[in-house]
Amino acid sequence: MLKIACTLLILILAQWTPVLAQEVPHAFTGAKIIPVEGEPIEAGTLLVEAGVIKALGPAGKVAIPATAKRFDLKGKVVIPGLICTHSHIGGIGGGDGSGPVQPDVRIYDSLNVRDSGFRRAVAGGLTALNIMPGSGHLLSGQTVYVKLRGSKTIEGLCLRDKEGRILGGMKMANGTNSQRAAPFPGTRSKSAALMRAEFIRAGEYRDKLAAALDDPEKKPPRDLRLEGLVEVLEGRRVVHHHTHRHDDIMTVLRLSREFGFRVVLHHVSEGWMVAEEIARAKVPCSIILVDSPGGKLEAVNLVFKTGGILEKAGVLTAFHTDDWITDSRLFLRMAGLGVRGGMSREAGLEALTLAGAKMLDLDKRIGSLKVGKDADFVILNGDPLSVYTKVLETWVEGRKVFDRGDPDDLLHAVGGYGAGVDQEPYHCCFGEEGGGR
Amino acid sequence: MMRRALSALLLVFLAATSASAQLAVRGKKIYTMAGPVVEDGVVIIREGKVAAIGRAADVAIPAGFKVLEAAVVTPGLIDARSVVGLAGYFNHKHDQDQLERSSPMQPELRAVDSYNTREALIEWVRGYGVTTLHTGHAPGELISGQTMIVKTTGNTVEDAVMVPTAGISLTLGPGSLRGGGQSPGTRGKQMSMLRARLLEAKSYLESLEPREQKPEKAGEEEKNTPPVNLGLAALASVLRKEVPLLITAHRAQDIATALRLKKEFDFRMILDGGAEAYLLTEELKKAGIPVIIHPSMARFNGALQNASFETAARLKKAGLKVAMQSGYESYVPKTRVVLFEAAVAAANGLGFEGALELITTSAAEILGISDRVGSLAVGKDGDLALFDGDPFEYTTHCVGTIIEGRVVSEASR
Repeated sequence: MLKIACTLLILILAQWTPVLAQEVPHAFTGAKIIPVEGEPIEAGTLLVEAGVIKALGPAGKVAIPATAKRFDLKGKVVIPGLICTHSHIGGIGGGDGSGPVQPDVRIYDSLNVRDSGFRRAVAGGLTALNIMPGSGHLLSGQTVYVKLRGSKTIEGLCLRDKEGRILGGMKMANGTNSQRAAPFPGTRSKSAALMRAEFIRAGEYRDKLAAALDDPEKKPPRDLRLEGLVEVLEGRRVVHHHTHRHDDIMTVLRLSREFGFRVVLHHVSEGWMVAEEIARAKVPCSIILVDSPGGKLEAVNLVFKTGGILEKAGVLTAFHTDDWITDSRLFLRMAGLGVRGGMSREAGLEALTLAGAKMLDLDKRIGSLKVGKDADFVILNGDPLSVYTKVLETWVEGRKVFDRGDPDDLLHAVGGYGAGVDQEPYHCCFGEEGGGR
Repeated sequence: MMRRALSALLLVFLAATSASAQLAVRGKKIYTMAGPVVEDGVVIIREGKVAAIGRAADVAIPAGFKVLEAAVVTPGLIDARSVVGLAGYFNHKHDQDQLERSSPMQPELRAVDSYNTREALIEWVRGYGVTTLHTGHAPGELISGQTMIVKTTGNTVEDAVMVPTAGISLTLGPGSLRGGGQSPGTRGKQMSMLRARLLEAKSYLESLEPREQKPEKAGEEEKNTPPVNLGLAALASVLRKEVPLLITAHRAQDIATALRLKKEFDFRMILDGGAEAYLLTEELKKAGIPVIIHPSMARFNGALQNASFETAARLKKAGLKVAMQSGYESYVPKTRVVLFEAAVAAANGLGFEGALELITTSAAEILGISDRVGSLAVGKDGDLALFDGDPFEYTTHCVGTIIEGRVVSEASR
């Protein structure tokens, strides 16, 4: 009986597997391919097998196996899957408000994989995200890097290293969002002082761990907060730092120098004022361009020219949605606005893809169309930077995760009755500065 | 001596004013919105008004006129519903005058008394071609106050204003519910409060009318007329159809409620927001209701959870008059830009000219100002927006904004 059940189970699994994995090679032909790394290829061929890019080149230069399934993409444009370095989708809320420093909190314990935000993200051509807790803390917790593979569980979305550890960074913030009533800091100096004290404690903890070697007797008791910070000090966890004002940006660079942590500056509204300093520190920037300045004091000097100025200064620059600040479905627009503000088209597209991959330490796997990298790509019906262009399909690891031709996918791409579910928006700092609802 | 100096000063001033008002704008494409596109055309503006328009080959530019050139020229853009000038970009208590919380119904609150002509966001939207703003009290209370129409220049609100009372803002559905046991706590209570106040306004109006209709009997009637009540007077102007009710409603049930209220009290109604208006196109058409649709990029949650990028296109296809708005934002971005919102509608079923109508002709018609703005024709205000390409493309720049013949923005944005 058990044997029959087992056999049945195996049969069922065998039926399932082909749906999940890509069995035969897929050949996408005829499209203009913009690989981001390397020159655009007119009427190129992209060959995908087992979830990775097998070959890429002009028609005729890529041998298409006889077994391959062919996709004619004449007149279309193929770009790498978009990477958002700063997203709040998944119904995560603004974070626990009990204290300003929470390195023990893991965002993936809060994520709902069935949140409609994921459907909208793939509709926008996004394939990988850094999902972060809110910015109402000095340190709001561990972020998670996910692939939009479509999964019933968060574990299925998480990116992992070779040892199987879930990948992510650490979210920090300075400026006004994290200045709140006690125990939160009330000033910028206090913000920096609190963080310095935390890092000093974490350094001591790290030293105790190192001194204990592998002797469990000598090891200090486990401390989830300090463990998170030690990962930051050791460079295993990159700090993703919300920071707007020029002086706040310099404070981040100062702390990063003092404690040696790796950092990506996020938002960087006044980054254009200290672009040379950021370049000298060799620190990358993940920026957002919103439709008007202000909404809070630290963003009153936000301008569209930030991307162009950072590019000219030699700063590695990516974009992010900060979804729901901007809608993932319109992420391509960010590069359009960047170019409007003086960025080169190449840097604009790189800022949606490869630059973000670098900031997440994932550029060996994603961010460009290159042999051996994951087959994450987007099929468009025109110029990536045109308002009139639509995302037709989004593919992750050789599987189609969005198809504009599918009515349910289209509903999430465009909106309409039934697209919405009653959900709470991301609440951090929303309406806290007197604006009302 | 003093008098001569003053006269000289006056002459200098007049010369400066008239010089700035003599302007010619050449465009490779001029979308007049009053006729076909003029290729390689020119607009002549004299004393703030369009004096001539046509192909450059046919219309001579008078000597001494300043000449600007652009790839694309459109009428100055109209933002059909905004809070710019009342909701400041600092987003702190001192610059937030768009929503008074002290009571759920305050139709007497005038927009002119809160408009800050030096607010940075006015300059911001002006840089993207917006020359006319319908701005004022925000959605968020049952009756939050009045709206007005301004040009995006002016040292004082008196300089800027076109229509001091353009509408009275009313919000149905979750947007104006109050918590903590305060009224209105439900949709049913919203309607009972509104109906009671409108009935009161009706009595107020009836008690005023005998005096107004028969001025010779004013003395006799005086003892029966009520003391002036600013709120009821404002609502009386709605019942007289002098001022429209601007009803913000997103869910289909709330839009249907708005229609029910209109049927009972017979006022001019403009539907504002209308995220689910596509479910009620026939009803809206039958009632003759124009729609100022929510910004295309408004956040699709809460009452807007079923919003669609295609709503403007669907409403227009159903024969409704539709305009676009920048709306009301309480955080970042503090205002949207109506040009960008129309762009998304252009790309989602409406097409280029249909989307341009949303922020020019249709907006002017809905707001009742099409005799002055919204299209380029002889005699209309010399309000223009200049672009270096398709205005809706992300990578195109607005390269100039002109209001009544004055160049008010020249930076490439």
